[in-house]
Order: sequence, then structure tokens, then C-alpha cells
Amino acid sequence: MRIDLVARNGRSRLVEIAAPLVALIAAMAIGGLLVALLGKSPVQAFFVYFVDPLMESWSLQELAVKATPLVIIAVGLCFCFRANLWNIGAEGQFILGGAMGGWIALLTHGGAGGWWILPAMLLTGALAGLAYALIPALLRVWLGVSEILTSLMLVYIAQFFLDYMVRGPWRDPKGFNFPVTVNFADAATLPQLFDGGRMHAGVLIAIVVALVAALVFSRSLFGYEVRLVGAAPRAARFAGFDDRRLTLSVFAISGALAGLAGIVEVSGQIGQLQPSISPGYGFTAIIVAFLGRLSPIGIVVAGLVLALTYIGGESAQVAMKLPFYLTGAFQGILLMCVLAADVFTRYRLSVQFGRAA
Amino acid sequence: MNPDIIELVLITIVTAATPLVIAGVGELVVERSGVLNLGVEGMMIVGAAIGFAAAFLTGSALIGALAAIASGMLMSALFGLLAIGLAANQVASGLALTILGLGTAGLAGAGFVGQKRDSVPHLYIPGLSDLPFVGKLIFGQDPFVYLGVALVAGVAWFLRRTRAGLTLRAVGENHASAHALGMRVRRIRFLAVLFGGACAGLAGGYLSLVYTPFWSPGMTAGRGWIALALVVFASWRPWRVYAGALLFGGATVLQLHAQAASIGLPGQLLSALPYLATILALVVLSARDRRGSIAPGSLGAPFVPDR
Repeated sequence: MRIDLVARNGRSRLVEIAAPLVALIAAMAIGGLLVALLGKSPVQAFFVYFVDPLMESWSLQELAVKATPLVIIAVGLCFCFRANLWNIGAEGQFILGGAMGGWIALLTHGGAGGWWILPAMLLTGALAGLAYALIPALLRVWLGVSEILTSLMLVYIAQFFLDYMVRGPWRDPKGFNFPVTVNFADAATLPQLFDGGRMHAGVLIAIVVALVAALVFSRSLFGYEVRLVGAAPRAARFAGFDDRRLTLSVFAISGALAGLAGIVEVSGQIGQLQPSISPGYGFTAIIVAFLGRLSPIGIVVAGLVLALTYIGGESAQVAMKLPFYLTGAFQGILLMCVLAADVFTRYRLSVQFGRAA
Repeated sequence: MNPDIIELVLITIVTAATPLVIAGVGELVVERSGVLNLGVEGMMIVGAAIGFAAAFLTGSALIGALAAIASGMLMSALFGLLAIGLAANQVASGLALTILGLGTAGLAGAGFVGQKRDSVPHLYIPGLSDLPFVGKLIFGQDPFVYLGVALVAGVAWFLRRTRAGLTLRAVGENHASAHALGMRVRRIRFLAVLFGGACAGLAGGYLSLVYTPFWSPGMTAGRGWIALALVVFASWRPWRVYAGALLFGGATVLQLHAQAASIGLPGQLLSALPYLATILALVVLSARDRRGSIAPGSLGAPFVPDR
């Protein structure tokens, strides 16, 4: 028997929409098997993970709050991934954006306040992420250094930087030696969307980011350029597109958005700086980007799905004593299934019996 | 400085380098076959968890090491099915493997956090191991250190001197030509990926069986990524992987000694040194090799045979 991949003629809209759904179902089946191996009920786990969080208002709000950083980062990443460039250090850009944006909150703390503080924080966070992402981009453009490894190494360095600042210069002097900064003043906190709710204005930022990115991709020359360079780099070069400028641009966009996500999370959700401000959002966003098929609108849906695994994972830990790492393992399985399903949007399997001539 | 202390420092450098050597030389073979497997970190951490669990349950370090190898191979087989069998994007598949590995290792190792077991015995040859200065350094290490050297020598010989090694390099340089010459591109690559998985698993096992010797989640601390950088740094040559690993082992040990001596620099800056050194090494290397890429020609490109 011989199994081969045969290219499809043209792309089918149906297959493209079905692929991520099939991947999700397959990942759930494998995840259920894992739960059964751990001696728990897969059916109960399915409800705790994927159904219960959708049933109550507070958990729906929590879902939107958790999806916010994932969507903002993943929208930025899809610019890079579409252009076949691999920024895998979004986690570091997120951390640095949160840290530097939060620094503005610390500098203005105890002052008169003012409307300009929040915009200044968001801008600083985005710029910090942008600058940090330009390091691997410039090294690639100038020296041909692989952006994959440098962007990842910078994650560790950002983690150590935040850890140092929070334990040292930025620590709250009245904080009983806990490694945290002061709680941000109201002027440095993203407002809640409704009184007593959990949703903050960052949710709106995520929606705007996704909509603008969708327009850029479908309606602008730059969006076309990104898609062309990724799909046909030689053709793009003949068409006169400058791939160095494009490399810098997509890294700048993805870094700025990761940094923005960082400061949105710090200002809207955490409310202070602490040694760790991310449970790996920068890496999970990679899964979100692929599950959303590298399209901004798809990413919004995918962000909600991955946010569900975080919230479901937390309640599964409490309700079913399922280990914390199950969520990570499930996310890895999901990405593998998504990548496998993606192959079948471009190829179909041909099975021939007997030896091929 | 007293020679005994210098010897001690050199010994710790060699042990810190050993997991990087083992994982790095495995990935080197994978990349020479034209495949970029970014999942080294994930395979390593699974090897560390499974290796420790198996050794703890059976009481045998040998079984632990074998289990680490087997788990690394199993992980790499998943990657192989995806990236070679289905020709999925290699970068994304490797990242998926790392994410999966970190989660799986956490699950598998959950029951073993805080458990301890003795490290493996070191080599002892009466007379030779007692020689001043070089005795312990050359004749008194743990078995993995010698295995690391043997692996590098074996891979160097295999790639340069054997027909199979030549085939593997041909597949990595130009998969279309290799395919046209009748080489089984996907089979050769799959075998290379399995070898890389075995090495990464073993390197992880070294960490939890010998280096620390206990299991804790996240204990690989980016060593898999540093091993990947080492391969680039070494220009895809086995012995240079060893030299590079000693350099990084040196940076790690230097950092630990500086922390202990409290020289006034923040501990976080010192901890960041190995990662900074990695970036710096990649920059220096690329400045040296500006004139032409020395990477295998088909590295990272998915291969779908057309007939």
C-alpha cells in the first residue's frame, strides 16, 4: 500500500472552515483519552472545560478578559507568520510592554493624575514591545541571524528584567517586602465596562485591533504585500517589494501589539507589576494564530476557544482535581491537530494498493 | 588559584556542557537531513520527567536512561508524522512539540516532585583517577560525559566517512535531487528525526538523573533552545558543537560562581548571561560567515515527492 499527498486543485471554502473545527474535535477526543488515563471521567471533564464556563455571566466576562491578550498578540503574530517570518518571542515583548507601560503608572503614582496617563501607558507599552521585537528583526536584516532563536532568547531576558525591577527598584516600600509594586491609581487603571463586572476596556481594544487588522489585510497594499511575500517570495521580489522593510514592519507590528497586550493585561487585569505577569500568553497566542487560520476574525474566535481552556483548566483543577499541566498538554495537542488539518486544506490523501509503478 | 579548585571548575563546566552536547549533536543530524525540529526543549523535558520516573520506580538509572531515550523518540515520531509525513510547516510543528512536551512532562512528573535519588556512580580507575589535576577531569566523570564524547565522535565519523552519512547529507542539501536519484527522502529524514529525539530525551534524562538529580517542572530552563542555537553556532559540524557546549557550560558555571561570590551584580543579570551569550554567539558567527550560508540547503523546507 502506498499513501501519498496529492495537491488539491484550488482551495475550497468549506474545507478551510471545517479544518479548524475538525482539529478541535480531534484534540478534544485525544484530550478525553488523556483524562481517562488519569482515571477521571472524560465526559465530566468536557463539561467542566468547555460547557460550564459558557453558562454564567461572570465566567463569560472572564472569558472575554482572558481572550483579550491572546487576541491582541495573535493578530500581531499573523502578520509575521503570513510573511513566513517567525517571531516566537511575543512572550518577551508582552512582558516588556507590561513592565515599561507599568513604569509610567509608577512614575505618576501619587501625583495629580490626569486623562493622559492611560494613553501614555498604552503607547509606552506598545513602543517597548516594538523596540524589543526590532532586535531580532534588525539582527536578521543586517546579519542574517535566525530570528527564531534570538526572539526566543529575549523572552528569558525580559523575564529576568521584570523580576529584577519588581524585587528591586520598583518594589512597593510599604509592601511588607513582597516582590510587587504599589497598586496602580485609578488614573492608571483601564476602566470597567460595567459597574461590578469583570470586563475592562481592553476587551474593546482587542476587538478594534482585530477589525483594523482585518481591513489592512483585505483592503491595503501593505496587507497584499505581506500575503504575497509569504506565499511567493520570488514573485514578490520581482514585483519590487522590499523584503527587508517588510521584515522590519511585520516585526514592529507584532511587537507593538504584544507590548500593547502586556500593558492592557497589567493595567486592566492585574493592577500592579509582579514577578510574573503572563501564564504563557505569548506562546498560547501562537496556537491562537494558527487555529484562527492566520486571519484576524478567525483569531477572535480562536482566542475565545483558548481562553476557554485556561478558565476550564482552572475550574477542572478545583472541581475534578485534574492537574494544571493538562491544559498545556491539551494546547500542544490542539496545535498539532490544527497543523495536521491545515495540510488537508492544501492536499488530499491518495491511497493506492499494491506497489506504484 | 589553587589547582584543585581549577580542576573542580573544569569538571563542572564539562558536566554543564554534557546535556547541551548530547541534545545538540542529535539535532545536528536532524538538521543535516534538512529538517528543523524546534521541539528539542519539549523532548528534553519529557525525557527528564520520564527518565526520573522510571529510575525512581525501578531503582535503576540504566532503565531511567533507556526510558528517557524511548520517550524522546516517541515525541519525535509525532513531529515526524506531522512535519515529514504530512509535510506540515516545520517551525510550527516544532513549537507544537515543545508546548506539548512541557505539558506532558508536567503531567507525567506530577507524582515525583520533591523526590530524590542518588546520582549515578562516577568512573573510577585506580591510579589514573587519582592523578593530580587531570585524574578526576579525564578519568573520573559520570558515564554520560563519556557517552557525549562518543556520540560526537560517532556522528562525525558517520557523516564524513560512511555512505549512509553521505546520503543523509545529500537529502539535506537538496531533497529534490536526492529524490530524483532514488533516495528515500522521507524515510531517511524520519530516521534522523528519531535519532534526534533519542538524543534530546537522553539529554533530558541526564539532567534529572545526574545533573540535579531530582525532577522539577521547567528544569530544562531553555537548554533545548540553547542546543538549537549551538548547532547554528557550530556551523553544523559535530566537534564544534562540543566546543560551543563547553563555552556555554562555562558561561553557566561562571554565572553560578559569580552568584555565590556575590560580586555586586544583580543575580537576575547573571542568570540572563547564558541567553545573552547565545544571542551574542549567533551574531558573531553570522558576522564571520557573511559570504555564504553554510546551512544545509533544504533546511526547513517541507518535502512532497512529485512523480
